[in-house]
Amino acid sequence: MRKLLIASVSCLVLATAARAEDVKIGIEMGFTGPIETLTPPMAQAAELAMKEVSDSGLFLDGAKVVPVRNDETCIDAGAATAAAERLVTSDKVSGIIGPTCSGATSAVLTNVAIPNGMVLISPSATSPGLSTIDSKGLFYRTAPSDAREGEILAQIMTDRGVKSAVISYTNNDYGKGIASSIQSAFEKLGGKITLSAPHEDGKGDYSAEVGALASAGGDAIVVAGYADQGGAGIVQTVLDTGAFSKFVFPNGMWGESLLAKFGSQLDGAFGDRPGSDSPGAATLLEMTKAAGIDGNATFVPETYDAAAIMMLAMQAAGSAKPADYKGKIMDVVNAPGEKIYPGELAKGLKILKEGGDIDYVGGSAVEFIGKGESAGSYREIVVENGEMKTVKFH
Amino acid sequence: MDLLNALVVFANFVLLPGITYGAQLALGALGATLVYGILRFSNFAHGDTMAFGTMATILVMWLLQAAGIGFGSLPTALLALPAGIVVAVLFVLATDRLVYRYYRRSKVNSLTLVMVSLGVMFVMNGIVRTIIGVDDRQFADGARFVFTAAQFREWTGLTESLALRTTQAVTLVVIVLVVAWLHWFLRRTRTGKSMRAFSDNENLALLSGVNPERVVMIVWMLSAALATLAGVLYGLDKSFRPFTYFQLLLPIFAAAVVGGFGSPLGAVAGGFVIAFSEIFVTYSFKKVFGYLLPVDWQPDGLAQLLTTDYKVAVSFTVLVLVLLFRPTGIFRGKSA
Repeated sequence: MRKLLIASVSCLVLATAARAEDVKIGIEMGFTGPIETLTPPMAQAAELAMKEVSDSGLFLDGAKVVPVRNDETCIDAGAATAAAERLVTSDKVSGIIGPTCSGATSAVLTNVAIPNGMVLISPSATSPGLSTIDSKGLFYRTAPSDAREGEILAQIMTDRGVKSAVISYTNNDYGKGIASSIQSAFEKLGGKITLSAPHEDGKGDYSAEVGALASAGGDAIVVAGYADQGGAGIVQTVLDTGAFSKFVFPNGMWGESLLAKFGSQLDGAFGDRPGSDSPGAATLLEMTKAAGIDGNATFVPETYDAAAIMMLAMQAAGSAKPADYKGKIMDVVNAPGEKIYPGELAKGLKILKEGGDIDYVGGSAVEFIGKGESAGSYREIVVENGEMKTVKFH
Repeated sequence: MDLLNALVVFANFVLLPGITYGAQLALGALGATLVYGILRFSNFAHGDTMAFGTMATILVMWLLQAAGIGFGSLPTALLALPAGIVVAVLFVLATDRLVYRYYRRSKVNSLTLVMVSLGVMFVMNGIVRTIIGVDDRQFADGARFVFTAAQFREWTGLTESLALRTTQAVTLVVIVLVVAWLHWFLRRTRTGKSMRAFSDNENLALLSGVNPERVVMIVWMLSAALATLAGVLYGLDKSFRPFTYFQLLLPIFAAAVVGGFGSPLGAVAGGFVIAFSEIFVTYSFKKVFGYLLPVDWQPDGLAQLLTTDYKVAVSFTVLVLVLLFRPTGIFRGKSA
């Protein structure tokens, strides 16, 4: 038994001790915890990109990329920090894809990444708070911050002549975050939010909420909730009392059920939801399908892109050291250069090897703004004759 | 003109919604209070009986709709309502036969019965979800409004407006009819009198020859019918979603307790007290004051006593206050 144990342990050590020229990339995600159902396809998408790069033979003089998975737990900042330390000190990874949850991300960033000079690219942390951390060029994210959606929506509202509005948001972190980002962005553009009040989901009656909102008054009502929860109750009560005639809906409200329920009563309502007209998304969906991955799952394109961006930046720098390649990340993601879509990583590697420039578009039409977070592509949507219509892309 | 505008705003956002919501709560509370008054336990399954009856009504309504039968400008569900009530009554009677009767015969104390009803609640919960699903459903058809806000504005030329929904009108008519009938039934008929006798003093009623099983059966039938009525009216006015019905249990019990548990008139009063306290205390009077007060006196803020976040807290505060100062409720029911 003892011999068997020793043998298997040494086998394990041998297996994980990658060859000298190999590059290890950590995948730190919430494999257990509240988002455990989301993370498996995400990790697979990252590994898909790594395999594509390894198979090309063009990466850093033929180096292979070895993924190292680790569990961040999503809610336990201590466990997330310990997992990241292990990746950095014992696995000696060259970069980390993750963490996935905003709370874990901020813990890992301040406790591990910044002290150790490790690059993090999170595919799914959307909290606006992460933008305020001085990351020394070590933190990037391929998912847009919730603050970004607020800005887009505020801009759409201003463009459509809304000067004052009320906000009714669902009483949770998402609702609060999106409501405050819409309010601050809208007020910056000269608009006025007369009242921003929460509503509880699954309640029987929303007359009180709508009464207060109607009294505060405004050109339009922003309902930042869920289409099959309290958001629909608010919409119903507003329609019934005639309190407002113009609706504005952020991402969470645009479900099929919203229009099935209210149809053409919502004509003239508008809002935004993530989405791009980039051909990359369709290509990636086919690739994931072929690889047996659920490509329709949330954040799969963002994760593929995160891994691809990290490896392309390494190629551009000609080095897998975080200190060398961190400066190249913005270059490979943003223009100018040849546009690179999913499945074309080999082409990108080749161009970079020859000293050319690329503009990585990927599956989520990623473009970095600010300190390195995805601008996010949003569709501007209007309801016409009871149907959703995309009018333009932002 | 300003006075009229102020009145219209108030009516549209406080008076009408309060009356409708209050009537819906009152119907629910009536059923719960009857069960408490006569069977002497709080029936936790009442919210789910509402959901069950509504579900039965919706299913029958679908059949009617498939057969092309409508009810003009009134919702088809009203046509299906009698059938829904029958199904709910049969189901509740079956529950009584299978579950409650055993415990009643073993003379368990009322707390045990409350726990039994909790079990029944979970089972009904599951049945409703299995049959019709957990989704939110809108099943009102026909004309949604008696008059819309835009029409009202056109007629009156006022700045403010008022809308009256068909379902609101139906709810108000139904609550008046039901309360009047129930009052007559309990006061004037032999069955009603025997029920009240049973409620006042069980042993004395038994000695006077009141058949307990018959009283129990009628209570269950009434409570199931009232629950279905309340559920369907609520669902027509808002929407049907099993989870919301389950949550309605809280304001309904609050209404029944505030009014005096066991007192039918109290349940009606309690329904309105709870609904109005939720809506009135959290209403922002900015617009109303805007019309009534001279410009210099107008409030800068929203003129709101409490933000709507505290809506639920309001009805419970009312509940606690009533229990502290008048534990038997406004209409002197049995002490809750």
